[in-house]
Amino acid sequence: MATLIETNDLSITFGGHTAVDSVSISVPEKHFKSIIGPNGAGKTTFFNLLSGQLAPTKGKVFYRGNDITHFSPTKRTREGIGRSFQITNVFPNLTVLENVRLAVQSQAGIRYQMLFHYKKYRHFEEKAIDWLRLVLLDEKKDSLASNLAHGEKRKLEIAMLLALETEVLLLDEPTAGMSLEEVPAILEVIKRIKNQGNRTIILIEHKMDMILDLSDSVMVLFNGRLLADGSPEEIMKNETVQSAYLGGHYE
Amino acid sequence: MNKFADKRPAIIFLLFILLLFLLPFVYESRNLLILLTQIFIFSIFAMSYDLLIGFTGIVSFGHAMYFGLGSYSIGIFMKRFEPDMTYFLWAVLTTIALTAIVSFIVGLLTLRLKSHFYAMLTMSLAGLFLVLAEKWRTLTFGNDGFTFRVPELFIDRTNFYLLCLIGMAAVFFGLRRFVNSPLGRVLQAIRENEQRTASLGFQVLHYKIAASVVSGVLAGIAGILYAISLRYVNTSVFSMDITLDALLMTIIGGVGTLAGPIIGAGIIEFAHDWLTGLAKEHWIFERWIIFFGIIYILVVMFFPQGIVGTLRKIAWKRKKKSYPVKSEQKAAG
Ligand SMILES: Nc1ncnc2c1ncn2[C@@H]1O[C@H](COP(=O)(O)OP(=O)(O)O)[C@@H](O)[C@H]1O
Ligand SMILES: [Mg+2]
Repeated sequence: MATLIETNDLSITFGGHTAVDSVSISVPEKHFKSIIGPNGAGKTTFFNLLSGQLAPTKGKVFYRGNDITHFSPTKRTREGIGRSFQITNVFPNLTVLENVRLAVQSQAGIRYQMLFHYKKYRHFEEKAIDWLRLVLLDEKKDSLASNLAHGEKRKLEIAMLLALETEVLLLDEPTAGMSLEEVPAILEVIKRIKNQGNRTIILIEHKMDMILDLSDSVMVLFNGRLLADGSPEEIMKNETVQSAYLGGHYE
Repeated sequence: MNKFADKRPAIIFLLFILLLFLLPFVYESRNLLILLTQIFIFSIFAMSYDLLIGFTGIVSFGHAMYFGLGSYSIGIFMKRFEPDMTYFLWAVLTTIALTAIVSFIVGLLTLRLKSHFYAMLTMSLAGLFLVLAEKWRTLTFGNDGFTFRVPELFIDRTNFYLLCLIGMAAVFFGLRRFVNSPLGRVLQAIRENEQRTASLGFQVLHYKIAASVVSGVLAGIAGILYAISLRYVNTSVFSMDITLDALLMTIIGGVGTLAGPIIGAGIIEFAHDWLTGLAKEHWIFERWIIFFGIIYILVVMFFPQGIVGTLRKIAWKRKKKSYPVKSEQKAAG
């Protein structure tokens, strides 16, 4: 299948410390790729390079064959690369519903309308509630986002990403910090989106056992380097990965 | 029921406007009319400021520059040409054009400057305008300023009072619609989390510019009305005091609301008037800025959300207490 996202020699250095070091990958359309690696391996930084939060020191990012290395996050989202954040990143003093409604509004391309009341676009709210229902958060729609429990904020984060309906979903540890009972429901949501079959998903996940059966491929980052990239079986068998990551360093 | 609750503040506001509209016909006090006129003018100014600070989260210390542009535009047109309605309209158009251009450029600067640098920069820009008004003597008559005549229609205090009242109501309802439009909702998202707004696909800079221009033009309109009310303009319209007034009114009334700046303007102007009266008894009251400083500190310490914000919170808590079941049902249904 056609390549959707490609990175070429992608690197970023923070004052002498190279957090992402010459990573070249290519992700086909409708692919499900997982990124694993110990804390501090550079996974989130790699996402920041894909979504435009950071500009690389070296290397390039391509999307559908176009060089998007210098695109802003806004532009990348509009092109079809959406992301969620590991450290919850929502609108604290707006309601849960409004958080998602804003994403729905952006997805619908209603960006500069200033003459009508926002309630005129009722269907935005209805759609937002549908997304909230999907992540089991619809009962909290009228709470302020800042009043949510940690796990609920994580769900809101995911709902906001889904509402953008981007071609690419970059999910940065969506279940991090959730209570154990909440995790299966979120994995279920991710599974369902995968099964719909129209998205390309890149998932960072610490808990490796959970994602092996979901993933078409797994890449391993270690100290900013791409240690291995292959099918889940290959990764499990890979000796370098075993010793470097699955062995001593994995807590 | 829900719909009514939504509209309730607007209905209260309309009633309040209606009462004020009738006031000059039943109660004749020139001083009160002048004071209220002043309150209406500063309400417009403070609402325009709140659009920036309270709704979009842009802190500007130079809001006086738009106010001053409006004041000088009307003054110069009335002085140089005829004090009639044609030139009044020209002054309004000039103000809109000037404030729109300046606020567009100033809005553009939010791109490059972090918030405190932006605040400092706007402050020095306003200072620049002040110096310009001082030095460009042929046009502005320097520091002392100049008096001018106003169109016939505005000479009558009641007429002018009504004009300012209608102006305030129009700005209130106009801004209410603006902040509740899809665009206005994005402004509030920017206030909450700029970076996330960008990654939702909104071009943050465009919104900041939109807020800056709407805010700047309205501040200019307030400046026009202010100068007409005094029939005099001097460089003080560009001074920090004007910006501080807007800041105080907004914070005391409640940032991020539209009723807040109006209430704040009322309180500050009444207090100012009252303290000026007391100053005849004792000199300490002449230093009214000290009192405002104290009020300001108390408000920020005890009611950080201002009067309107605090009242809202209380009302909200009460509602939650008295219908806990109902709100649960609503959430579920
Ligand atoms: N903005 C930044 N400035 C400086 N160092 C950073 C920055 N972002 C990440 N790093 C560093 O890069 C390394 C990788 O971090 P990160 O990508 O968050 O790891 P992971 O997500 O794999 O746990 C860490 O050592 C971190 O301290
Ligand atoms: Mg991370």
